[in-house]
Amino acid sequence: MRASLLIAGLIAMLASAVWAGEGQGGYGPAIPEATGEAHPEGNDYMRRWHMSMMRHDRDVTMYEGKREQNASLGGCFECHATKDEAGTPVTYADERHFCRSCHDYVAVRVDCFDCHRSTPEGVEEPPAHAALGGVLSPALGADVGALVAYLGAREAGQ
Amino acid sequence: MSCGAKKDVSRRDFLRSGAALATMQLAPGVTLMAFGGSEAQAAADAGKRWGLLIDASKCAPDCNACITACQDENGWKGSGHAETDVQWIRKVTLKDKSSGRETSLPVMCQHCESPPCVDVCPTGASFKRKDGIVLVDKHICIGCRYCMMACPFKARSFVHEPVTNQKTHAPRGIGTVESCTLCVHRVDAGRIPACVEACAAAGHGAMVFGDLLDPDSDISRRLAEYPSVALRPDLDLNPGVRYREI
Repeated sequence: MRASLLIAGLIAMLASAVWAGEGQGGYGPAIPEATGEAHPEGNDYMRRWHMSMMRHDRDVTMYEGKREQNASLGGCFECHATKDEAGTPVTYADERHFCRSCHDYVAVRVDCFDCHRSTPEGVEEPPAHAALGGVLSPALGADVGALVAYLGAREAGQ
Repeated sequence: MSCGAKKDVSRRDFLRSGAALATMQLAPGVTLMAFGGSEAQAAADAGKRWGLLIDASKCAPDCNACITACQDENGWKGSGHAETDVQWIRKVTLKDKSSGRETSLPVMCQHCESPPCVDVCPTGASFKRKDGIVLVDKHICIGCRYCMMACPFKARSFVHEPVTNQKTHAPRGIGTVESCTLCVHRVDAGRIPACVEACAAAGHGAMVFGDLLDPDSDISRRLAEYPSVALRPDLDLNPGVRYREI
């Protein structure tokens, strides 16, 4: 029991150490400031479970028709819409987009925004946004190209 | 981005715990209206079956108010590639070859009781809600288009091109199949589909929306009073969309 507590404490310390580096040139990603009140669950909970919250609610919404859900992508953007120099919320095509700040860091490409808008309703997504989504993404092509180049270079070095 | 906010009690307190509470409180017979009282929230109810009655004699051949209303409501539009553009609802003209009489009517997903699209879907993405509305779960849809081949009404479309500026209530994207949702987001909020509203606003009133299981609903009374038909009645699919005067 004591050992497991110790391990849990150690993991918590390590996790906070990683997140403490955010935006300060540390190891963590630079996470854009949000507006509004903080999540009562705490940021750690949201970072770990945000995808599960949305997945659960999407099914309740679609199959059960209960649309007064509390976790939704649209809801995220009420507070987590990163704005550009002109004060307009950026789309997922921009690497400053809130979701990308972490997902780029961990090299995870989310495809939510193939179907869902990545800006609050009423904020135009320019046509260029579409080119960056999904399987047709030139950015994805660039990623693959970079990986191939890296693997080729590593092989040549060995 | 401090973690100390965990103990704050705020309006977001319900974010996690509230969802569970709402689900528990929504036992049979208890609606969200009773729980939250925020708006006329109906949710999917197995005791209802939503349907449409379309009177072709009132449908003007040169009117496409239902189509533009659907486009505005659900955010689909043509991309200039007519062969592959999506079409949630279309105007069809029928012509009697012997008399030359023409009839105009809108055709969309017929929300069948026994939907062939659901039968053939290999992933379970195509499904029928308990209130009879047939939908595509785009999180599961792999874009195989079996449902498009199975549908006798040509009601479904495949999204061939990247999409931007979707409506929050109607997510849609490349590589998935979509069709009329009977404006499910409006129905869940106690409202009627956009096409029905637009048809009435245009002064035609050719479309009636309602609960087919409720004998006192407007649609049920009209169905009981006048003759009506299902498209392709030979297939015995029992569609939720019915037509008059065709």
